Amino acid sequence: MTHHPHPLNPRVSFAECPARERIALLFDEDTFKEWITPAQRVMSPHLAQLGVPSSFDDGVAIGEARLDGHTVFVAAQEGEFMGGGVGEVHGAKLVGLFKRALRDRPAAVVLLAESGGVRLHEANAGLIAVSEVMRALLDVRAAGIPVIVLIGGANGCFGGMGIVARCADHIVMSDIGRLAMSGPEVIEASHGVEEFDSRDRALVWRTTGGKHRYLLGDCDQLVDDDVQAFRAAAIAALAKRRPLSADVLEKEHALLAQRLVDGRETRDAVELWQRIGVTQAARVPDMNATQVRALRSREESTQ
Amino acid sequence: MSVPIGIESLNYEFPGHRPAGQFAPVLVGVVGSGNMEVMLEPASTSTCRFAVQTSARGFGAIWEAVLRDFQQRHGLAGVSVSINDMGATPAVVSLRLAQAAAEIE
Repeated sequence: MTHHPHPLNPRVSFAECPARERIALLFDEDTFKEWITPAQRVMSPHLAQLGVPSSFDDGVAIGEARLDGHTVFVAAQEGEFMGGGVGEVHGAKLVGLFKRALRDRPAAVVLLAESGGVRLHEANAGLIAVSEVMRALLDVRAAGIPVIVLIGGANGCFGGMGIVARCADHIVMSDIGRLAMSGPEVIEASHGVEEFDSRDRALVWRTTGGKHRYLLGDCDQLVDDDVQAFRAAAIAALAKRRPLSADVLEKEHALLAQRLVDGRETRDAVELWQRIGVTQAARVPDMNATQVRALRSREESTQ
Repeated sequence: MSVPIGIESLNYEFPGHRPAGQFAPVLVGVVGSGNMEVMLEPASTSTCRFAVQTSARGFGAIWEAVLRDFQQRHGLAGVSVSINDMGATPAVVSLRLAQAAAEIE
C-alpha cells in the first residue's frame, strides 16, 4: 500500500491511517511480512451467524518487520472494524504472535493497539483470548524481549486491551490516543451523566487522553499525531528494557497507591495534575506534546 | 413488511478482456460503518468474478449495476473480487474498487 504525503505537509497523521498503512509507514520500507494473510481467510466463526459482516483478517494484521534494521514482531489492530474489538480469531492471532516471539526471539514485539476491548458479539471467546494475550505478553517480557505498545488511533485503547497495554514494557501515546479500562459511554451508562458526560469531548480527553496518561506516568512517551514521531519513539524504546522484577512491581503498586491519595476528592483531571505538582496545569489542554513533555516533573522511573 | 436479518451473499461474473496475470492479493478498505473491504486475487478464468457479503439486504440490483459499471471501465480478466460490506454507498463501492484495481494495473 502506498501513501504519498503532501510535499508541503510531510506529517502523516497516525490517527487517520488504517492499521495496514500504519505498518507500511512506521517500519522500514517494504519489510513487513504478514502471517495468516487476508487471502487465507481465517475469519470469525461467530459474526456471520449474528448477521454481522466479517473481515478477512478479523481486524488485526500480524507479522514480522524491520525497525531501524532490527527484526521485530508486529501486530496492528484496525479500530474501524468492530471498534478494534478482540474476538476469537483476532485474539488467537495476537497470542500466536507472542508465542512465536518466545521461540524466535525478535528484538521486540511492537503492538499498534486500537481497541474497545473484548468484542461483545463473541464475548466469552474474546475474554479468554484477552487473558491469553496477557499471559503470552508477560511470558515474552519474562524472556527479556521488550513489548512496546503504540496508542494513537481514534478509538483509543480500552477494556481488556487497556490492561494488555499496561502489561507492556513501554507505552507511546499521542495526545489523540486514549487509554483506560471502561470507555466514556460505559461509565456514563453505569454511573449516570452527572458522574461522567461521555459527550463532553474535552472531559473525555482530559480523563483518558495521552497527555493525562503521560503526566500520571501511565505512558512512557508522548508524541505528536505523526507516524514518524511514533516510529522515532518506538526505535528509542528498543533500547529500554524494563525487567519484570519484584522491585518494579512494588514501585508500580506504590505509584497506584499514591494516586488514590492524590485523587481523593478531586473533581477533574486538572485538579489532579495540580496536586501531583504539574505547573500550569490549567493550560495543559492547550499545549502540544513537546510542551507537555517538558512538564513531567518525575524522572523517567525506568531507565 | 419484515426484513430478514443476516448477511446477504451476492455473486456476479462478467467477461473481461485485460488479463491481470499473476499478482499478490490486494486488500483495500475496512469493514466499518458505511465502508467495505475488497480483496483482489488472481483467478484462472477469463472473467472477473465478484463475491459480495453485505449486511444491507435487498440491494442486489444496485450492486449489479455498480459492479457492471466498474467492469465496463476496467475489463479485468482472471480476477476474483471478494467484498465484505457494511453499508457502503454506491459511490464508496466504486472508489474502493478503483483503488484496488489501481494496485494491480
